Order: sequence, then structure tokens, then C-alpha cells
Amino acid sequence: MTKPFTPMRRTLLKALGAGLPAGAAATGLVGDSALAAPPGPASAAAANPGGVSHFFNARERITVDAIVSRLIPNDELGPGAREAGVTDFLDRQLAGAWGGGDHFYRHGPFQAGTPEQGYQLALTPAQAFRTGLAAIDEVSAKRHGGKPFSQLQPREQDALLTALEKGEIELGTLPGKVFFQMLLDGTMEGFFGDPIHGGNRNMAGWKLVGFPGVYASYSNDIERHGVAYVRPPMSIAMARAAGHGTMHGAGHGGSHASSPAKGASAPKGGRP
Amino acid sequence: MSKTLDRVDAVIVGGGWTGSVIGKELAAAGHRVVMLERGEPRWPSPDFQAPTVHDELRYTRRHALHQNTATETFTFRNNTSQTALPMRRWQFAYPGTHLGGSGNHWSGAYYRFDPTDFKLRSHYERRYGKGIFAADLTAQDWPLSYDELEPYYDRFDYLIGASGYAGNLKGKVQPGGNPFEPWRSRPYPNPPMKVAHASALFGEAAAKLGYHPYIQPSALSTRPYVNTEGLPMSACVYCGFCSNFGCEHFAKASPQVCILPAAMKLDTFALRTGAQVLRVELDKDRKLARGVTYVDGSGQEFFQPADMVFLCAFSVHNVRLLLLSGIGKPYDPATGQGVVGRNYTHQTTSGVNLFFDERTHINPFMGAGAAAVTIDDFSADNFDHGPLGFVGGGYIQIQVVSGAPIGYHPTPKGTPAWGSEWKKAVRRYYNHSASITITGSAMPTRGGYLSLDPTYRDAWGQPLLRITYDLPDNDIKLSAFLTAKGDQIGKAMRGVVATEPGPRKRPFTATSYQSTHLNGGAAMGSDPSNSVVNRFGQCWDVPNVFVTGACLFPQNSNYNPTGTVGATAYWIVDAVKRDYVKAPGKLIT
Repeated sequence: MTKPFTPMRRTLLKALGAGLPAGAAATGLVGDSALAAPPGPASAAAANPGGVSHFFNARERITVDAIVSRLIPNDELGPGAREAGVTDFLDRQLAGAWGGGDHFYRHGPFQAGTPEQGYQLALTPAQAFRTGLAAIDEVSAKRHGGKPFSQLQPREQDALLTALEKGEIELGTLPGKVFFQMLLDGTMEGFFGDPIHGGNRNMAGWKLVGFPGVYASYSNDIERHGVAYVRPPMSIAMARAAGHGTMHGAGHGGSHASSPAKGASAPKGGRP
Repeated sequence: MSKTLDRVDAVIVGGGWTGSVIGKELAAAGHRVVMLERGEPRWPSPDFQAPTVHDELRYTRRHALHQNTATETFTFRNNTSQTALPMRRWQFAYPGTHLGGSGNHWSGAYYRFDPTDFKLRSHYERRYGKGIFAADLTAQDWPLSYDELEPYYDRFDYLIGASGYAGNLKGKVQPGGNPFEPWRSRPYPNPPMKVAHASALFGEAAAKLGYHPYIQPSALSTRPYVNTEGLPMSACVYCGFCSNFGCEHFAKASPQVCILPAAMKLDTFALRTGAQVLRVELDKDRKLARGVTYVDGSGQEFFQPADMVFLCAFSVHNVRLLLLSGIGKPYDPATGQGVVGRNYTHQTTSGVNLFFDERTHINPFMGAGAAAVTIDDFSADNFDHGPLGFVGGGYIQIQVVSGAPIGYHPTPKGTPAWGSEWKKAVRRYYNHSASITITGSAMPTRGGYLSLDPTYRDAWGQPLLRITYDLPDNDIKLSAFLTAKGDQIGKAMRGVVATEPGPRKRPFTATSYQSTHLNGGAAMGSDPSNSVVNRFGQCWDVPNVFVTGACLFPQNSNYNPTGTVGATAYWIVDAVKRDYVKAPGKLIT
């Protein structure tokens, strides 16, 4: 279940303008979901200074916040996708090379194939998100008395997402099932990818599962079988700040003292 | 207007394993060599440095070292009644690009083929009778034997600093090794890899069931090693960022770690990157190649004249270059005539997902591309195929590669894919899961082949390679058999609370990853009616064009290809240096 925000937190957020797209409040589009969770200390401000989007318009941002909040909810196990910055992650990805179709063969003729032939739409990820997000709000409005997705009750949101997942809704040129998978894949990437990409804020995704991050040598640990490896996760930026990543230069092979993870692995807890 | 460059002795298309081996050998023998690589120059330093190289999003999800499908991909269909459509993004395999090619971002699982792989049809027919092969299978013998190739396997082992424990030294089975291993003339240059927890649990259960577990041979160095080119390697640190990544530790063998720095020191060797080869140019009789045409980033076309042309691009790209150049007769599945594109295969992979109790800590992030415990009891012809009705085999293992969680966050079947229930499950199972990997052989059929697509083109306006492929009954039966064996081992493992076997099913799909082992299409053989090249990789019709790589395999073994790709590259270049240059333009006999 979504943990309600405390009034104090809301007030504070409003005062800071965090996560509030300009004018959104006036259009009546702001539900709870438009209130971004408090960013982690400095990282969130850097990821999304003043709530400025690279790709999403104000309405899309609200819809994405609402969707990712249901895909990975904020609950007793910890922050959800929205709190982890997945909206910012998606915003940056869609504005960037991937969103525009890098590594995507985009030449016709476009035609439907067999399931084994995979994705055959002409839409780039950016175009698919534009099309799909607007269509989700339209479907929501049609089914729920004019309300956009973000203003539905959580169980109504879940029902709509489930219908998309099962392929029961078409979103114009975009099959609902296809777009649902794109949303889910993007949410997982944002929740579990390195924080340098704007998501996984405070390494919430890694803490949830116990992934110790991207940077370590396990030479001395891999054969300690059955021992739970417990250490706070380390991101790329943290490893860099800690001075790791000095370049191996010529003649690197002479010494193994340069094994870069020295000192990176800290206390392990051991229970068999 | 094409610019004609100065003639060289040999032009090499592609800067991966085979091109690097052949290019360095020829250049060291005094031949002038130009290597053309379509991608960028990428070196461990400064390109693959930690911590920034440990970026799952960039390297695995966004394909930083994979061929960019925006400019060139394959089209795919299951059979000739369908219209092939482009693979608009990679899912089924990750062909590489940039210097080192797939030999840079690979995992390093390092095997030799079984002696029976080289005599596949005659061996099985002799032991089981002709009926063992279903009528649609076009499997055939190689034109060379394991014994002939052994010295070249050995050479590649010592180039790449292979790690492992010999199971069979010169015919003597070694205690503690893999009893099914083909004979080897020397031990591995480095000791075997460390064993992760899940792999150890697998080995324990397999041994209990009477199988013969051993530590998988690996192309990841396990200690400081100076290779046969005088180049240093370091010990793997089991960081878990191996498959799809470049290795900053100089531990994973790659062309840029193991051989290119030695080649680059030779005055006779030149590397040109950003060079997209369009075709091999033939003389007017079409009996000899004159060189190759390539295009640079500005669109300028160049003709590089050469006395010898070596096709060393990624496996099946070599087949495409043959087709684009009009070398050899294209295969026609309707008539069974023609050879180029014939006998294409993939790899029959499957798995068993395992879920453990919460006391069993797997630590999936402590691993390496090739850190595994394997059994070969069901590889090759190590078991009785008589009652089973299929040919081929597969190895079964637990390999702990990576815990990077975008790709690795397993939950049992029936778990919702999202929401709080998913969150609970992913937290519960992340450190209490593993999977058994099964890597099976793949048999070619009359209907599985490569050709040029009639519709879709690459960024340079040339037809894409079209893959027409489905899994034969033979391989479906094989996968069901092997996956059941894997499930039996999984159920016997300590701490396992549930197993989910997933045998490979038909139709073959381009939407799930099944290895980057694409083979055949330019089979090596002893008869021009069913092969593209002779036993030295020489095109039957154009003897100064040599083909290398896994496209030479008439069918796929159940073992990973790179060991055999490297060994055959040494085998080919040895014959060129020894025989071909004395009688250029002729088939080596």
C-alpha cells in the first residue's frame, strides 16, 4: 500500500516546488502522484533541477509518476519507482539517443509479423511514449468520467494497467501490451540501473534486493560459500569519488597491486 | 569516385580474433597486412576503465559494444513461406562491433570441440546406423580431424592464457579433471577459476548422482600471465561485469589484450578503423580476388588491392560478404543446390531456474563470464543415443556470471510482474536463486539457411542478411532430454525449494537471447558440392579468398565456438605461410 505523505511533508514540498510542473496545480491535474517524493539530499536536485523535464510535458510527467508508482510502489519494503527517480530516468533516456532510435532499425516497409519476429512498429521509444501516455489518459478519461490516470484510485489504476498488460486495450497505433512492456522495462532499468542515469536514487533498487553495487573485487569472497555478503552498495559515482578508476597504463601486468577494488569491500556479515 | 590505395599482400576484413591471429602471423612473416575494422578503436586503457565501464544500462541494455542495428541488422523468418522482417533491435544474439568484435565483449567460456564433432555424420552412422539422422538433417563431417587441430588448439590456449585443469593429457585421463575431455598435449597454462557457491552446490549434487563435474575451462586468466606474444594478463577478480563488457583488468582474453598490441608493433601491419567493407572485388574471370572496396565515415570509397583477402568479420557476416561479392553459388533450399548460406545453425540453449531457501546465500554478483562447474556426461556422444532418437548433446552447468539487477532479478512463476507482491518476491529471491544452463548442439536442416534479403537494406544501401531458421525435431528432443537431466540435478541440490525447467520449444524466436553462437553458411568441406571452402578455409572458386570463423562449422557442436574459431585461424594461416605463398592463386592440397 502506498504510504501517505505527511501533511508537513506536503507543505514543505509545495513550498519548494519540488516535482510540481508549472501550472499543473491550476489545471486540476495534480493528484497525490504529482508530488514527487523528497529527493535524496543532493542527487535529486541534480537529476531534475527545479522539476525541469528534458522530454516529458507537464501532463506526461504526472502520468508517468502515477504509472511507475503502481509498477513499483512505495511501501513498507522501501521507496518505489517514483521515489527512486524513475520518472527522471525515463525523461533523460527518452530525450537521449535511445529515445530517438539509436540501435533501432527504422526502415520500411513496416508490417506486422509473427510473434517470433519481434517489434515491428515504426515508433521510436520516444514516439511510443508520446503516443502511449496520451492514449492511457484518454482511455482513463473514457472509463472514469473524464479523470486522467493520475487521478484514479490505486485499485482503478492497477486494473487499467492489468488490462494493458493482458492486451485488452489498444492505444491507437500502439498495442497496449507492447507499451506496457516498454513501461515495465523502462521502470526496471530506472530502478536497478546505476544512479548516474538519474534513477535508482540513493540506490533504492539495489538496497531492496541486496546488490552491493557495481564496483568490487570478489577474489577473496567468492569461495566463502553460503556467507551472506553484506555491505552498503557502491555506485559508479561513489567509486569514482573514492578515488577508484585510476587508469591501468602500459606495463600494467607487472603488478597486481593495482587490483582496483582494494579497500572497496568493507565489512561482511556472516551468517551461514 | 573510388580511390585506389597501394597494394598490400593481405587485406583482413574485421579486427576480431581470427583477423588478429592471421594478421599478426602474416605480418610477422614479412607480409604487408592491412586490417579493416568497421568499428571504433577500443582498448582496455583508456576505454574500459573502472568504475565507468561497470554500467549495465550502457553496455548490456543499450548495446555499447554490440553492432548497431540502426545501421545494419539481420532479417528473420522461420521458413520460406513467411516474409522475413528485420530484427529491429537485438534480442536473440549480440553480434559485436568495434575493435576486438565479439571477442571483446564475450564471456570467455572456453572449450574445444569433441573429436566426434569433426566426424559427426560418419561417427553416428557407424555407431547407430544411418537411421539415427532424421531425413531433414544435412549434418556432415568436417574435412579435418581433432588430432590435426590439436596443436592449434594448444597454441590458442597459450595465446589467451586459458585456465582449467586438464582431464586428459596425451591420452591419459587425469584424476580430478573432466574424464570426457578430448586429449590435450599440454596442461592449461593457468589453473582453473574459483568456484562460486551455486556452482559448488551444482557440482555436489551432480557428483552425488554419479555424474562427473569439473570446473569449466575459461579464457579469463587466473593469475599473472605473460602470453606467447609477450603480452601481460592479470588475474580475474570476479567483479561480475564480464559478458557484454570490456575487461579493465586485462584478465579476460581479447584480441586487444592478447595479440593486437604485438601486431601493431610490426612495420608490416596497419590497422584502419571506421572502414566498412562493401565487397570483395574479383578479376574479370571471377577466379581471383583483386582486393576489397570499403567506405569511410565521410562516404569516400576506397579500393584496397591485395594478393590475399581474409574474411574475418563476425561469423555469418562473412557469408554476407561472400553473397554480396558473388563468390560461390548461393544455396537454394527448394532444390538443395548451391552452397553459400547452407547449413546455418544457432545453439540449442535452455535452462532450469532454481529457487533456494533463505538460508542459502548465493551472492550472484560474485562471478565472471566463465566461472562455472559443468558436466559433460551428456555432451557429444558421451551417452547412448540409440534409444533416444536424436543426435548431438549438451553440457549442463551452473555458471555465475552477473548479479547486475536490471537483467537479474528472478522470481518464481506465478509472481506478478509488478506491484508490491513483485517487490516482496524480488527481495525474497534475489540472493536465493540460480539457474542451470544447458548448452546444446544444433543440427542443420535443408530449410535453414542464410541469403540476401530482397527488401531490407543497411545504411550503405546493401541488402541485409536474411536468416531462415527453425529448430529441427532432433534439437527439440535433445533439449527436452537435457533439460530433464538438468532438472534432476537441480532437485538434488542442497537448499533448492523449487525448480523451473524451460526446454527450448518451437518455433525458434528472434525475441529471446540464445547465445551469440551463429554458425555455418560457409561450411568447410572436402567436396565443393556441399561446402564453400576447403579444409584451409580457401574458397573453392576463388582461391585467394580465405574465410574464417564459426561460419565454417558444418553444424554446431554443443561447445562454445571461440576455441575452435581460434584454432582454425592458426590452422589456416599456417597453411597460407607454409604452402599458399609458394603457389599463390592455387588451392592448397
